[in-house]
Amino acid sequence: MNKKNIEYLINRKDNQYEVVIGLEVHAQVLSESKLFSSSSTKFGAEPNTQVSLVDAAFPGMLPVINEFCIKQAIKTGIGLNAKINKRSVFDRKNYFYADLPQGYQISQFKDPIVGEGKVILDMPNGQKEVGIERLHLEQDAGKSIHDLDPQNTFVDLNRSGVALMEIVSKPDLRSPDEVNAYIKKLRSIMRYLGTCDGNMQEGSLRADVNVSVRPKGSKEFGTRCEIKNVNSIKFMQMAIEYEANRQVDLIEEGKTIDQETRLFDTKKNETRSMRSKEDAHDYRYFPDPDLLPLELSEEFIEDLKNDIPELPDDKKKRFIEEFKLSPYEANILVSDIDTAKYFEEVVAKMGKNKDVKLAVNWITGELFAVLNSKGLEISQSPVSAKNFAILINLIKNGTISGKIAKTVFELMINGDKDPQKIVEEKGLKQQSDPKALEALIDKIINENREKAIEYKQGKEKLFGFFVGQAMKASGGKANPQLINEILKKKL
Amino acid sequence: MSDITKQSLTELVENIKNKKLSSTDVTKAFIQRSEKSSELNAYITDDFTSALDKAKKFDQNPNLDLKLPGIPMAVKDLFCTKNVKTTAGSKILNNFVPTYESTVTENIWNEGAILMGKLNCDEFAMGSSNETSHFGNVQNPIDKNLVPGGSSGGSASAVAGQLTPITIGTDTGGSIRQPASFTGIVGLKPTYGSCSRYGIVAFASSLDQAGPMAQNVKDCALLQEVISTYDPKDSTSINLKRNHYSKELTKNIKGKKIGIPKEYRVDGMPKEIEDLWQKGIQYAKDCGAETIDISLPHTSYALPTYYIVAPAEASSNLARYDGVKYGYRAKGENLIDMYEKTRSEGFGAEVQRRIMIGTYVLSSGYYDAYYLKAQKVRKLIKNDFDEAYKKVDAILTPSTPSSAFKIGEKTNDPVSMYLNDIFTVPVNLAGLPGISIPAGHDTKGYPLGLQIIGRAFDEQNILNIAFAMEEKIDFKNKITDWWIK
Repeated sequence: MNKKNIEYLINRKDNQYEVVIGLEVHAQVLSESKLFSSSSTKFGAEPNTQVSLVDAAFPGMLPVINEFCIKQAIKTGIGLNAKINKRSVFDRKNYFYADLPQGYQISQFKDPIVGEGKVILDMPNGQKEVGIERLHLEQDAGKSIHDLDPQNTFVDLNRSGVALMEIVSKPDLRSPDEVNAYIKKLRSIMRYLGTCDGNMQEGSLRADVNVSVRPKGSKEFGTRCEIKNVNSIKFMQMAIEYEANRQVDLIEEGKTIDQETRLFDTKKNETRSMRSKEDAHDYRYFPDPDLLPLELSEEFIEDLKNDIPELPDDKKKRFIEEFKLSPYEANILVSDIDTAKYFEEVVAKMGKNKDVKLAVNWITGELFAVLNSKGLEISQSPVSAKNFAILINLIKNGTISGKIAKTVFELMINGDKDPQKIVEEKGLKQQSDPKALEALIDKIINENREKAIEYKQGKEKLFGFFVGQAMKASGGKANPQLINEILKKKL
Repeated sequence: MSDITKQSLTELVENIKNKKLSSTDVTKAFIQRSEKSSELNAYITDDFTSALDKAKKFDQNPNLDLKLPGIPMAVKDLFCTKNVKTTAGSKILNNFVPTYESTVTENIWNEGAILMGKLNCDEFAMGSSNETSHFGNVQNPIDKNLVPGGSSGGSASAVAGQLTPITIGTDTGGSIRQPASFTGIVGLKPTYGSCSRYGIVAFASSLDQAGPMAQNVKDCALLQEVISTYDPKDSTSINLKRNHYSKELTKNIKGKKIGIPKEYRVDGMPKEIEDLWQKGIQYAKDCGAETIDISLPHTSYALPTYYIVAPAEASSNLARYDGVKYGYRAKGENLIDMYEKTRSEGFGAEVQRRIMIGTYVLSSGYYDAYYLKAQKVRKLIKNDFDEAYKKVDAILTPSTPSSAFKIGEKTNDPVSMYLNDIFTVPVNLAGLPGISIPAGHDTKGYPLGLQIIGRAFDEQNILNIAFAMEEKIDFKNKITDWWIK
């Protein structure tokens, strides 16, 4: 591992600074209903149509824990190799805001449902372990809409009470690239588990980013700033880059960094102070007396453990061992659950005499290119895994050449046609009958006597000419390997 | 029947079942008396027209198998009632009409009872005299100048004054038992988790409990049987089979061991309270029970503990009244200004005081010293009771350290007001059931109550003890109808 080349450092005159990053990721629990009410969580509904009396905090309304959300959080904890706490407590985080109907958010403060864990990142220079501090469950707030009216603010409570998992990392991240890898890994794990859809456009995944800097080699942490509510990986990376440089500049100027909460302005690409430590809210956390402590039995947790699917790290290991893939190939296939699913289905459908490597090349090559150009997810692939597998088998067993396969693939895209049928209908089957090919080649040599003599006299470049002629004569269907062999023999 | 309103709930149910009375007769009688009793100021909102309609409808097709067939009933204005204004005694909810029904009232209507109206109470149930209500103080039917106690003052006054045959109150630190004691009626604070809190305007969630207030123990047992149900909508509701309290009610308490806690003999307690207690001990013995001296060593810490825990929870529970979604809203320059004006104008002084106390004790830097410490003391208080119940089946104490005081007497002295709850708050902190029964009069002729505290979910036992003692005490409330012109 060549650490020097990879390290992300900020350079100033004689000084080099290391950037220390910790993330608080807010992941929306994939659940039909909210954390403490039965309202729907569906995205994109008309404002205030998914609000129960509990969500709007009417007098006398009481929260009731949604068991499914609890299970989702535990599963996520298991996926993060974390300790599941058998006893956790819901606390009230008290503050006033128009989109917080209760005047408090129900969250977990001292006793979260999930304790310490870790995730492994695959970085270009090797693997990196990132510690997880905790995962806790909490309610989302509603949404204040300030730009619909010059005088009034409108409030949409559809999100109010939706279950979020706050996943807090240890300050183990050191660069925007690691943040990118970390978020993608978390997203991947949760999508494998079906506990969060990871959809950043819809706000299902967002993060508070804690950034500090310190002279390279220093063991002490610098003063950190928290950049609130960043909702894309690109913005996180931009915010970190800006914020780290801002802090370094302050240090270089001999100034101190104030611990504060900052906002990232995506238009100006800068962070701005939101509130200082002195102005920090006193949330007056205390256990919610409307909810009893959450006690989980060993059996309950074990049942969930048995329900955990193969996760990306294990799948990658298996792909490498079982299919002899390179770690790089395996990574590409496992990082998104739908890609892994597609790949595994293709492998299954290819049957006994399969060429997995060929399938991988075709998935990461031709298929990805088509998906990219059409802006589709692999789950929306125009070519089904079944037909894809047939195509790979047709190449493998010599029915068609790789070149013809590309033509066939083009035809498959429109309407997911069976490649076997395309080959038959269009007469694209490869000619592999040596006698027929010999006759064809004899004819070509006869028609090009002079060139054949030139070749024999040493003009070896002309071999390509004969291959081309033979392919042309066969309409591209001749088995190129056989053509080569026969030509060599005959010339 | 001119004496309809003098009948107990049990008698009324009997007479309706025997068709000697119709629901309309009964409802009319209580409405008429309620209308003549406006001086008591027991009601915040009446629903008389609709009550009479419901009574007539009931009579057309009476279901006499129900437990409360066609019985009219007014309830404390802390219970949310569908389509009927629910204020919690506060300006901040003075225009609030719920679209939903509390579980406890739902249970009552399901047994055939009819809502007559909503009864006055201290604002958000914070008070011991019903003087903090935005809708004015309530008079005690015993005497014009007396408070009825609080916070269920309207409820106590309405039962003692026979405006309603029975009612429900809520008790966070004594709000059922203390006004019951002050007005000469029976009030039961059930075990925490016995009655659902769903749809009851919250004061302090870990202490609040609804309960019946009645003219006698039997009526009280019947209503408790109706309102105590497991409710999955309240996570603190306990899923346990309940007794048929009225059916299983018995005066046979022979051999029951009743504890007399020495710590309830507080400094400055009037002699007549001590005398009442001694009389109560004798009554219990006369009923065949055995009395045993016990100790509840942490009793003196109960009141300070209560005045940390209850305001802390209240400060958070009342945060939702912010002018944004429902209720009173003041105009403001901006959001913060609107909050400040809404809450300054919408909440009364006592509620504001408790929000301040609660906010303070939960603040970072003070949390450990106050809230956390209070929770630890609370556990010790509960342990005291657990220890005692190894030796005894129930505990007998006075309900209050004095009889009803005069209106205005303690309004400027909150600590003296808080001291009124000294015998009742330990029961809430420990989550136990407690019942107050009228047991005598002081020299001024004002009623005094005795409290019987039971084990968790042992309501049947304390109801039985109360039932037996009630007969021996033979209490007669001195009501002169002075307010009826």
